[in-house]
Amino acid sequence: MDSTVTTGADENIWGGGNRPLAASYGKLMMWFFLVSDALTFSGFLASYGFSRFKFIETWPIADEVFTHVPFFHGNFPMYYVAFMTFILIMSSVTMVLAVDAGHRLQKTKVIWYMFLTIIGGAIFVGSQAWEWATFIRGDYGALETNGGRILQFVKADSGERAALADFAKILEEDRVGHEKKNGVWFYQGEALPSYSLNEVTEGFKSNPNILIRTETITAEGEKTLLTREESLKKIKDGALVVEGANLVRNEYGSRLFADFFFFITGFHGFHVFSGVLINIIIFFNVIIGTYERRGHYEMVEKVGLYWHFVDLVWVFVFTFFYLV
Amino acid sequence: MAHEHKLEIFRGLLKFKSNTQKIWGVLVFLTIVTAVEVALGITKPAVMTQNSFLGMKILNWIFIILTLVKAYYIAWDFMHLRDERSSLRRAIVWTPIFLVAYLVFILLFEADYIYNVFKDGFVQWNF
Repeated sequence: MDSTVTTGADENIWGGGNRPLAASYGKLMMWFFLVSDALTFSGFLASYGFSRFKFIETWPIADEVFTHVPFFHGNFPMYYVAFMTFILIMSSVTMVLAVDAGHRLQKTKVIWYMFLTIIGGAIFVGSQAWEWATFIRGDYGALETNGGRILQFVKADSGERAALADFAKILEEDRVGHEKKNGVWFYQGEALPSYSLNEVTEGFKSNPNILIRTETITAEGEKTLLTREESLKKIKDGALVVEGANLVRNEYGSRLFADFFFFITGFHGFHVFSGVLINIIIFFNVIIGTYERRGHYEMVEKVGLYWHFVDLVWVFVFTFFYLV
Repeated sequence: MAHEHKLEIFRGLLKFKSNTQKIWGVLVFLTIVTAVEVALGITKPAVMTQNSFLGMKILNWIFIILTLVKAYYIAWDFMHLRDERSSLRRAIVWTPIFLVAYLVFILLFEADYIYNVFKDGFVQWNF
């Protein structure tokens, strides 16, 4: 309402209708959300840093945990995560190409680029699911001490990690996994690992080629390898056989490591998943011509912002969880 | 909304003819940076892991700096921050940077303190 007398257009600044940031409402709100979401992720990563600095001398080394590539056997640290990073960056590129085509109102191009973006996102989420499954299954197995520390096993001659199956002795023990269906009064209990603590300990004692590796990191940045004598002394601390990972304990080391892995990559994976869903909705809207009729493809740009943000977060997760 | 794009990166060192070309150029750059990161992460050159600067290994400094470089190009070119008004850009970028820097500072300091308590105090936790 311009009820006052104005002498020129320049003095109309308080009359309303100004757009000081030259961005639409929807875009600003998307940025608003992204900034707050960035703070949530920063909170996660900062608390990861907190726990890591707290246990700086015993934190697991990510290179030794994430060594698997689907369909290949062997030790390939980081390769698969690097591939996932590349997939996500690539789908970011197709997204930004879709936005670019949208600016020029080229409907067919937008459809194809959106389609490729969705495929990239799906590959990423699938890879993450596979990574979770591998992480949960574990590969070598370890012992946990009363203090909650992890003891891992190494072959003395080759220096390679030794799996429990490599040396555990099969004893004639009554190791029946209790299940609810077999017992009238049985409700729940701990699941049994493949080998009992006794079998691992006895196997360890009778196999001189196996050494124990503790969580402590040496000055060279590697885990401490005990001598055979120290190992024999240390094995007495073992209290539990641990295989794979869950939220309570994991065979890789500090318990918090698995917790943060699940929470940070899980929260990010959830973002990718919802990003794929939103992309699919927009994709079909483009196909049925909603934005063609509207005259602009700003909706593609807004979902694009979200998608790039997911990529941006992964860049940080990749660095702080896998590299540093 | 204005649709014109700023088509130069590296402070004008590299100029592109079209927005599409710029996108591919940024992709190439980001891929190279990621490849360097992974290569360093796998080889872990001794020079970079043995020496440290301000209490952190040189290698980790490189990782963090390269990450920020990547984040810059994703935000500036993929999220079009380069084409937005500077007031919007500053509001988006400096708010989280300030808050996160503060949070990280207090948390890491506190964590280091707890680490020393565990190490020097009469608390037995590694048994």
